[in-house]
Amino acid sequence: MEYISPENELVPNGTRILCCQCAVPIEANPSNMCVACLRAHVDITDGIPKQATLFFCRGCERYLQPPSEWLVCALESRELLAVCLKRLKGLNRVKLVDAGFAWTEPHSKRIKVKLTVQGEVMGGTVLQQTFIVEYVIQHQMCDACHRSEAQDYWRALVQVRQRANNRKTFYYLEQLILRHKAHVNTLGIKPNCEGLDFFYATENHARKMVDFIQSVLPIKCQQSKKLISHDIHSNIYNYKFTFSVEIVPLSKDSVVCLPKKLTQSLGSISPICLVQRVTSTLHLIDAYTGQVCDISSTQYWRYPFNPICNPKQLVEYIVMDIDILKEHEKKTFPGQGTVSNKHVIADVWVVKASELGLDISPVHTKTHLGHILKPGDTVLGYNLGESNVNDVHLEKLDRSLIPDVYLVKKHYGEKAARRRARAWKLRHMHEQPVSITDDDYNEFLDDLEEDPAMRQNINIFKDENKIPVDTDEIDPSLPRITLAEMLDDLIIEDEEMTEV
Amino acid sequence: MAVRVQFENNNEVGVFSKLTNSYCLVAIGGSENFYSVFEAELADTIPVVHVSIAGCRIIGRMTVANKNGLLVPSSTTDTELQHIRNSLPDTVKVQRVEERLSALGNVIACNDYVALVHPDLDKDTEEILADTLDVEVFRQTVAGNVLVGSYTALTNRGGLVHPKTTIQDQDELSSLLQVPLVAGTVNRGSDVVAAGLVVNDWSAFCGMDTTSTEISVIESVFKLNDAKPTAITSTMRASLIDSMS
Repeated sequence: MEYISPENELVPNGTRILCCQCAVPIEANPSNMCVACLRAHVDITDGIPKQATLFFCRGCERYLQPPSEWLVCALESRELLAVCLKRLKGLNRVKLVDAGFAWTEPHSKRIKVKLTVQGEVMGGTVLQQTFIVEYVIQHQMCDACHRSEAQDYWRALVQVRQRANNRKTFYYLEQLILRHKAHVNTLGIKPNCEGLDFFYATENHARKMVDFIQSVLPIKCQQSKKLISHDIHSNIYNYKFTFSVEIVPLSKDSVVCLPKKLTQSLGSISPICLVQRVTSTLHLIDAYTGQVCDISSTQYWRYPFNPICNPKQLVEYIVMDIDILKEHEKKTFPGQGTVSNKHVIADVWVVKASELGLDISPVHTKTHLGHILKPGDTVLGYNLGESNVNDVHLEKLDRSLIPDVYLVKKHYGEKAARRRARAWKLRHMHEQPVSITDDDYNEFLDDLEEDPAMRQNINIFKDENKIPVDTDEIDPSLPRITLAEMLDDLIIEDEEMTEV
Repeated sequence: MAVRVQFENNNEVGVFSKLTNSYCLVAIGGSENFYSVFEAELADTIPVVHVSIAGCRIIGRMTVANKNGLLVPSSTTDTELQHIRNSLPDTVKVQRVEERLSALGNVIACNDYVALVHPDLDKDTEEILADTLDVEVFRQTVAGNVLVGSYTALTNRGGLVHPKTTIQDQDELSSLLQVPLVAGTVNRGSDVVAAGLVVNDWSAFCGMDTTSTEISVIESVFKLNDAKPTAITSTMRASLIDSMS
C-alpha cells in the first residue's frame, strides 16, 4: 500500500485574494467577487417578472392556459404550478431548480410561488437564488361560459318532427339514442309541439345525429344555414346550421292506403296494408294475403301516403269463429311479392265487443293473426266500413275492395293489470318522469312487450321498486319480457356516514 | 499613487500604453485625454511619447520594455522605429526582433533586472531580450497560463499576478524575481492584470473600473504610497514619543 499525498489537486490551492468590492479575503473565482457582492452586483432573476396575472373563469372554475386553453386545476396542484410557470417569461434564461407554492389564503385571489433558480454570471460563476412570484387572479369568462351566458351556445340545431298524432315513434327514438349514446355531444334537448330539438356546438355533431336518425328511422332531411357574422379579411364565416328532420308520419299498427304506382312496384300488394314495424324502412303486411313488403324512406318520399287509421281508432272485437285458410285456398298470382310465413291467414267472424249479446250477425273478415286467435279472444281492429276517411288514394279505390273490419292485433287483458305486472322500466333522457297516465307511452310499453324484434334494439332495465305481483294472478298468456332481456340498473347509493 | 484612466471608454489601459522607469509610451488616440493624464503625472520626470506599432494602437501588448531598453516586433515600420529612437533617451536601446510570438508584451513580463517569458519563446529572442533589456530570463508560467506578460505586472519593488496563482507558485516566482508578489485583480475582478494596469517604481495607471480595494492592493504591493505610514508608526514612533514627552 502506498501513501498517496493529496497535495496537488485535492485540496484548494489556498490562494486568497481580496474581493474586488468589499476587500474580504476569498478564494479566486471567475468574477473575483465574494458571494455577497456578487449577489448585490448581479441579479439573475432580473428578467423574471415578480408579479403576474392568472385568468380564472368563475363559471366553470377553470384557469386560462394561453392562448386559448382552459384547465381545471385545484389550488396548490401540479397543474396549477404548470400554468403559473408558463406565465413567467424569463425562465428560459436561467435553470429552474425548484418551485413550490407558498401558502396564501384561499380567497385572497393571490397565489405565491417560491422559485429557486440557478444562473451563470460573469463567465462561469453559477449563482443560485430563491424568490417569490406573486400571481393575481383575475376573472375572465371563458368562451364556453360566455356563449351559454349570452344564450348563444349552439351552432347547429337538429329539429326532429313527425306529423302524426301519437308520440310512440319519439319514445322509440329516445330509447335508441340512449342505447347508442348518440346524445353525448348534445348541448340541450328541447321538446317541441311536434317533436324534439337537439342543440349542438358544431355542425359535425349535428350531422352525426342526423346520420344516426337516418340509420334507425325513415326520414327526410333538409339543411339550412343562417349567416351570423363574417370577417371579410380572413374569409371566416360564422353560420348557424339547422337540420330539419321529418320522420315518416306512420307508426306501428297504422293502416295505410298505398298509391297505385307504389303497389305495382311492390309486387302488386293490396293497397290497404298494415304497418307492422317502423325501422329504417317501413315494414308493411297485407292482412288478407299475408304478403309483406319493405318501403325505404326514399321510396316513401317519392310516393308519400298518410295513414287512414291510427291506433287511437282501434276498436275491440270478439272472435266468434275462426277458420284457417288451406294452402289451396290462398290466392297467388304471378309477380306476387314475398308472403310472410310467420303469419297464418284465416277467415274470421267477429262481433264488436260493445255489441256482444245483441242479436247481430258476425262480420266476416280475413286476418293474418290466425296463429294466435281462438274463438272468444279479444282482438283490436279498425272499423273501416263505418269510418269516414279522407284520403286521396282511398277515394280512387273500388269500395268493394275495402274491408269492413281490419284486424290489427290481439288484445291482452286489461291495461291496468298489464301495467301492474310490468317488472321493468326504461331510462329517459330527461329527469322528469313520463306520466303514468300517458296513453302513448303505455302503448309504447305494450308494443315492446308484444314485439321482441322491436325491443332487441333498446335497453330494458329491471324495475327494483316494483312490488312483485303474485305470479298466479298474472295471465300466463300475456306477452312478457323475460328476465334475460333485462339489464341491472346502475344504482349508486350514498352510504350514511357514521357519526363521530 | 495609482491613477484611474480610460482609453476611449476602454478600461484596458495596459493595452494602449507602456510605462518604464525611464520613459512612457502612449498610443495615438482620437483625443488627447489619455495622453494628458500620463503627461500630467510623468512629464516632469520622464518623457511621454506617442507611439504606434505597425500602425496599431495596441502598443502595450506588442512591445516589451524596461528602463534599459525596448523590444518591438518585426512588424514595426522603419519610420515608427526611427520616431521611437528619436524620442527616447539615448541610453535606451531599441531593438526589433524576429519572433513568431509577435505580441511581445503578452509573452514577456519584466522589470529592470529579471524577465519571465513564455516557455515556447525563440532562443534568439531570449538572447536579444537578455542583451537589450539587460535582464536575467526565466521561462515560466503563471497559474498555468503561458501568457506570462498578460497575467503579470512587475516592477522592481513588487508584482501583481493572476488571482488563481497558487501560494507555491507565488513563492517560486518571487524567489526567482526577488520581489514580493501578490495575487490580485484589476478593473473590478478582471484577471488580466497587465492589460488593466501599467506601473513603474513610483506610479501606476489602472482602468476606470478598478475598485478602491484593488487600488489599495496595487499601491501596497508596488509600494506606491509616499506617506509610508508604516514608518511613522514603527521606526519613528519611539523617537517621536520620546521627543514629545
